[in-house]
Amino acid sequence: MQKHYFSVLVENHEGVLARVSSLFCQRGFNIDSLTASATNDPNISRITITASGDDQAFLQILKQTEKLVETKMIFSLDPSISLLRELLLVKVQADEKNRGELHDIAQIYKAKIIDLSIGSMVIELTGEPDKIDGFLQVLSPYTVLEMCRTGITALERGSSSHLLNK
Amino acid sequence: MILTGAQIVAEVLLEQGVDTVFGYPGGSALNIYDALYEYKDKITHYMTAHEQGAAHAADGYSRVTGKTGVVFSTSGPGATNLVTGIATAYMDSVPLVAITANVGTSLLGRDSFQEVFIAGITMPITKHNFVVRHVEELADTLRLSFAIAGEGRKGPVLVDIPKDITAAKTEFTHKPVEKPMEKKQDYKNLEKVAELINNAKRPVIYFGGGVRLSDAGDTLREMINLADIPAAYTIMAAGVLSYNERNNLGLIGMHGCRTANLAVDNADIVLAIGTRFSDRVALNTKYFAQKAKIVQIDIDPSEINKNVNIDISLIGDVNDVLTKLLPLLKSTKHDDWQTQINEWQKSDYHPTDSDTVLHPHQIIGKICDLAGEDAVYVTDVGQHQMWSAQYINHVRTRSFLTSGGLGTMGYGYGAAIGAKIACGDRPVIHITGDGSFHMNMNEACTAVSYDVPVITVIMNNAVLGMVRQWQSVFYGKRYSSSEPERKTNYVKVAEGFGAKGFHCETLAEFESALTIALEQKGPVWIECVIDREEVVLPMIPSGGTVSDTIID
Repeated sequence: MQKHYFSVLVENHEGVLARVSSLFCQRGFNIDSLTASATNDPNISRITITASGDDQAFLQILKQTEKLVETKMIFSLDPSISLLRELLLVKVQADEKNRGELHDIAQIYKAKIIDLSIGSMVIELTGEPDKIDGFLQVLSPYTVLEMCRTGITALERGSSSHLLNK
Repeated sequence: MILTGAQIVAEVLLEQGVDTVFGYPGGSALNIYDALYEYKDKITHYMTAHEQGAAHAADGYSRVTGKTGVVFSTSGPGATNLVTGIATAYMDSVPLVAITANVGTSLLGRDSFQEVFIAGITMPITKHNFVVRHVEELADTLRLSFAIAGEGRKGPVLVDIPKDITAAKTEFTHKPVEKPMEKKQDYKNLEKVAELINNAKRPVIYFGGGVRLSDAGDTLREMINLADIPAAYTIMAAGVLSYNERNNLGLIGMHGCRTANLAVDNADIVLAIGTRFSDRVALNTKYFAQKAKIVQIDIDPSEINKNVNIDISLIGDVNDVLTKLLPLLKSTKHDDWQTQINEWQKSDYHPTDSDTVLHPHQIIGKICDLAGEDAVYVTDVGQHQMWSAQYINHVRTRSFLTSGGLGTMGYGYGAAIGAKIACGDRPVIHITGDGSFHMNMNEACTAVSYDVPVITVIMNNAVLGMVRQWQSVFYGKRYSSSEPERKTNYVKVAEGFGAKGFHCETLAEFESALTIALEQKGPVWIECVIDREEVVLPMIPSGGTVSDTIID
């Protein structure tokens, strides 16, 4: 099962997210992550979906999503010419003994320590999904108390912009 | 002018040319029904026994006329009762606008009495749906609903209107009905397709409901005759070609004609027109038309390569595509191919007649003789549906109404009532089984109340025939829950409803009953007792190919 990245530009209505995600589920496409947010056009939202499925399912979900009345545009993002980014917040058990080590690791990854308490610290990291995975791998010897990732949000490189003229 | 939301609903219906609607009132729908009372000279509302019947009636009305059907219901259970009807319409691409009332906006989301989130429930079974939260948006939302239902690949749209919106007032002005939005077309392969057809040795057309929906029957016929291409149809397209036409191969698929299936299996070109390679036709997607290059013509791009891999496709309205394709085609004859097909046809399955017991094919033959070529046939789902598809002498398009995609038992009676209301003098024959009929026979009261002379022919084998047929072939004759042993006296029940009922055990009895029925001004039920061992043949099991065809 191959991973696919979709960018869906939709009308900024209530219920659009439910409609799109329900369609993915209905057509057997498993969503790994999904982000939705406003765009520079207040009438348009952008949903970025990471999902896995075979090639036939991939083309099917593209066409089915395109058919939704509220879909302005859907396209798949080629990772080699796109900027894929994710944000991680991770709360690690940390005391005076390992605080320094964790600080060093965070520095190497250009992560920020955004909260510190006697027994824990919260680290914020932004980057490509691989970098986040790598960082979490390095943290694996430590005790992670809580964590969350935003899921991928993405844009294509260069000055191209997708015209909203469905 | 200043109107209430409910009056706006009625005004937009008039604007859209709607004069007939179906539905069932209720608390949240009181304002809407008050407006329907006010507009009753211009809009006729038919109240059914159950909202499902109303949805099927609107569906049947649409299938016969080609117009968009309209159904109303109240909130909560009224709305959920529409669900099967909406899903039925969705699967068969029937344009339908369902207008559901909901509790007032201040009560939404509080689990109020008779509140349900019908927009969420119907998301996967509508082309689109709306919750109207401001009365100012109501008119345009309704207009858009009609536009969406009727454009491109047609289908149902639901509009949910909270009660306070139907009472609120706003300025309303009429707008002309907009032309349907331009849909994506892709004709770049037109010449390539023409070349394929012109060079074909063993071409076959396999066409479906899209041909009926785009009224492309005449263009298709022209193409078939010009390029000498035998054509098989899916159940959704029965009647597009006349049964006795040259090059009409008959029904394709699981219970299709063996020759039709053999032709597709041996073709060098298969033209799939307005059809979607469902699992009842392309039973085994890997081996379907495996020797052929497959060309698909459809209005919906998502149908290309969905189930079967396509070699070349054209996207657009079927009639438009075929009209553009025709001038590129050469007049040809495929004599060898026709000879081969004639050879296969000699060994097609034909059931044997009897004078003593009622056989389904004889009942249907008799119906066709007596009801004439003008008749509209409506079925439920099961064995009788397949026999109807196989043995009716289909002669007219939009005259065979059946739930092909969803396979909704209980579809028939509501749909037949809607069809009869739509088509005036044409006889409407509802062919059903005892299983399906028990689901929604309550609509008899509707047919009686409104004097709708639908004739219901019940093929009573006292079992769930299709379920039982599968159990006997694949489950070692373990008839689990398929022999309900019901004791229903159909004549008495019909009479109880205020309809007429007949009980027949021979063809002669049936003939006289149907003759009387055809002259009635109200609904008639004719029960035909058939043997429970009657089976639908031929049959290709799920996942099988033509070589797995069961003929006896």
